[in-house]
Amino acid sequence: MKSAKSNGYIGQAIKRVEDPRLMQGRATFVDDLRLPGMLHAAVLRSPHAHATILGLKTEAAKALPGVTDVFTGAEINQACGLVPCSASMPDLKAPKHTVLAGDRVYFVGHPVAIVVAASPSIARDALDLIEVDYDPLPAVANPEKALEKESPLTHPDHGTNVAFTWLLANGDVDGLFAQADRVIKQRIVHQRLTPMAIEPRGCVASFHAGEGSLTLWTSTQIPHLVRTLLPGMIGVAENKLRIVTPEVGGGFGSKLNLYVEEAMCSHLAMRLGAPVKWIEGRRENAMATIHGRDQIGEYELAVKNDGTVLAIKARTIADLGSYLQLLTPTIPTLTGLMISGCYKLKAVRFELTGVYTNKMATDAYRGAGRPEATYALERLMDLAAAELGLDPVKMRLKNFPKPGEFPFHTVTGLAYDSGNYQRALKKAQDLASWDALLEQRDAARQAGRLFGIGLSTYVEICGLGPSKIMAAGGWEWGCVRIEISGKVTAITGTTPHGQGQETSFAQIVGDRLGVPMDDIVVLRGDTASAHFGRDTYGSRATVLGGTALLMSVDKIIAKAKILAGALLGASAKKIDFRGGKFWVKGKPKNALDWKRLAQEAYVAKNLPANFEPGLEASSFFEPKNCTYPFGTHIVAAEVERETGDVTIVKYVAVDDCGPQVNPLLVEGQLQGGIAHSLGQVLFERTVYDGDGQLLTGEFTDYSMPRARDIPEYVIGSTVTPSPSNPLGIKGVGEAGTIGANPAIANAVMDALAPLGIRHVDLPLLPEKLWRAIEEKTAELRKKKPRSQS
Amino acid sequence: MKTSVNIRVNGTLRTHDVEPRVLLVHFLRDLCGLTGTHVGCETTLCGACTVLLNGQAVKACTILAVQADGGEVTTIEGLASNGRLHPVQEAFWECHGLQCGFCTPGMILASVELLQHNPQPSREEIAHAIDGNLCRCTGYSHIIDAVQCAAKKMAQPGEAK
Repeated sequence: MKSAKSNGYIGQAIKRVEDPRLMQGRATFVDDLRLPGMLHAAVLRSPHAHATILGLKTEAAKALPGVTDVFTGAEINQACGLVPCSASMPDLKAPKHTVLAGDRVYFVGHPVAIVVAASPSIARDALDLIEVDYDPLPAVANPEKALEKESPLTHPDHGTNVAFTWLLANGDVDGLFAQADRVIKQRIVHQRLTPMAIEPRGCVASFHAGEGSLTLWTSTQIPHLVRTLLPGMIGVAENKLRIVTPEVGGGFGSKLNLYVEEAMCSHLAMRLGAPVKWIEGRRENAMATIHGRDQIGEYELAVKNDGTVLAIKARTIADLGSYLQLLTPTIPTLTGLMISGCYKLKAVRFELTGVYTNKMATDAYRGAGRPEATYALERLMDLAAAELGLDPVKMRLKNFPKPGEFPFHTVTGLAYDSGNYQRALKKAQDLASWDALLEQRDAARQAGRLFGIGLSTYVEICGLGPSKIMAAGGWEWGCVRIEISGKVTAITGTTPHGQGQETSFAQIVGDRLGVPMDDIVVLRGDTASAHFGRDTYGSRATVLGGTALLMSVDKIIAKAKILAGALLGASAKKIDFRGGKFWVKGKPKNALDWKRLAQEAYVAKNLPANFEPGLEASSFFEPKNCTYPFGTHIVAAEVERETGDVTIVKYVAVDDCGPQVNPLLVEGQLQGGIAHSLGQVLFERTVYDGDGQLLTGEFTDYSMPRARDIPEYVIGSTVTPSPSNPLGIKGVGEAGTIGANPAIANAVMDALAPLGIRHVDLPLLPEKLWRAIEEKTAELRKKKPRSQS
Repeated sequence: MKTSVNIRVNGTLRTHDVEPRVLLVHFLRDLCGLTGTHVGCETTLCGACTVLLNGQAVKACTILAVQADGGEVTTIEGLASNGRLHPVQEAFWECHGLQCGFCTPGMILASVELLQHNPQPSREEIAHAIDGNLCRCTGYSHIIDAVQCAAKKMAQPGEAK
């Protein structure tokens, strides 16, 4: 495959073609769909974390005028299959998770019944008329308590709350720990988070009884995977199933799933002979759309006195919640794969225990297992540097692979494609005016202020991925068509939902074809036009989807050269192509353009022998490897001693995602990702009480960053192309959430270090910091009594 | 029992008989067919449903349609005029102030209201003005850039205010 040559679009900060419709209220989200005869569904959910259902009465709800019908598990579970999970650990115990609860509910939000009515308000009214007789059972919400012998069982028939165990071990861990001068130990809690896309989930299902075909419009990141998986739930064949994602109002991993509501609406559209729509409410979104993170790890890093890192050990508990969604058990294994980070560790042992609790399932949330690895390792590096009295920058530099060592084979079994970690770190230091920043810290500390500098050097696994590591294929598909008019249609199997690939793919295709972007339409998110696809997650869409389109363009160019040769009386080998024109070498005056060639190709009167009409090509791109973007984030933060409030004084990010197709979109992805990290580090936490009751069920209780929480960023980049794809790109969707957490947290911890505070778990809420400051201040005063709190 | 409600929406008088419990956002979306106003929380917290009611930015998910009776509402569909984008829309486009676009109509209308009474806001003032509008995609920086850019555009002679 040839390398991509830029004719002008690639690398430009071009305004998005998506925006005019979105900015004028002319875009179509799922809730904007109105089909003739459409009915509206509402779901009754369990208020209990664990209970037996003794009785369920739906008569009054059914009698409400406008209600079409009400269904319970007894009436629908036989017709809808179980929620699918792609993981396949040998010892995995999976509960049979039906679309509605059977005789037992096991998390707050567990669907118990579904009402279908003439309007959404009638459907909601009817929910209040359903009588459920619950007999509450003991529940467990804490994953460590769930491992204790006397713990209530989330699934009593399993006899244990352990869902699976997983081990990643390589190298002489025990020997290297024996050789270590020091072992740095830290327990780290990666709190549970709620993705909170501003558009909740929703779907509309419509069945064509004559054709036996079903169309499902759904707010998802993965229409193609839904089309692969839904037949197993509702019994409609894959080739009679069309999945459409109109606009999707944010995903962040939370819409990387097949959910029970999608199956129920599809089933009920067939059963009732009318389109059925369900739109999730915010409270439902908080309780019954997947959550993220929720790991507890005991980490140990073996180091030499000179700062050389030798080996890492981790014993990790992953709280899976009460059942398995698509990738639930897989996410914490990604933490294991990335636990060696940017460093030349010689041995690893990562022991993982997946645990059931009476909570919503966890799954992929932006970063998906990787932020946990980076955060843990980068905290350990800072703790090690502090204990050894070393400069944290020098300690990192000491352990990086050199640029000439790539592909770099990690102790966890990965092959990092390309990298220059030193260059990104140096650039970030320059942009941060590192020496001046150190002086600023010294001055602030001398004045008695709590001022810190934090650093994170990260690498992430993206562009997922080769099919051998993916449950359902890791390739991507694209199709390019020169229409008879010469206009261009590019169809991607990825499913952009805010990332802007209608624009960036038009840039890629436009450059390669030599066609103006205005003449190109990028179609996405409809399995009727995008016949194949593996969709959008894991920072894969531009890496893989862009390449699949590029391959298709190259096939069309090769074919067009044959046609141009025939029309110009020369062999294809003698045809030059540039800027959208074909000519016989040395005779550019007689050039043919795409419009002319398209007419000839489709009207098909002057085609050479054995030449198929048309100018269309599709391609599957199967990458040889994942991509490994990397970078350095530097943060300066100040903690107010009296309140525990954190102020981000400086934020510098240098990310290397390879060549940037559209720097404006790259910057948007980074800033958005960093905001997710700011949320995780400073405010966000999904809280269940000891009985499994959800306390963060609304935006009032779940504190997300607002505009005033955002610092001004200094954003830079380095460019280290990936050898894994012809564009050399690496992906950028999750960089911000992976690189930022430890940089912010390390800055806050550095601010508190003079007080002797070693570690505080996220989120670093003012109250937590204030208590830690008070405690240490009291200790420092020694003889004085502890302050009241 | 239904009540007749008259609201001038984007310059056109809309009259519908509604249940008293119907929210303004559902009046606009379901009865007027103006689906650019989005519902993100139904509790006044996310701001996706922000519209201008008598020139003021309000959250249409916590105002009853009957409360808006006799009022004038501008939704995102009514912001561009004669096929020309409003300067705030232009600026959001130029500065990449939107990604998924779900919060965008509310974000733009909250910004329009700010610029009506504070034509040259600082970054802090912008952040304060859109404090009631949540965005999960952009991280807000580009939105703040966009509002500053819009302020500059609107300061040009002949621009819409």
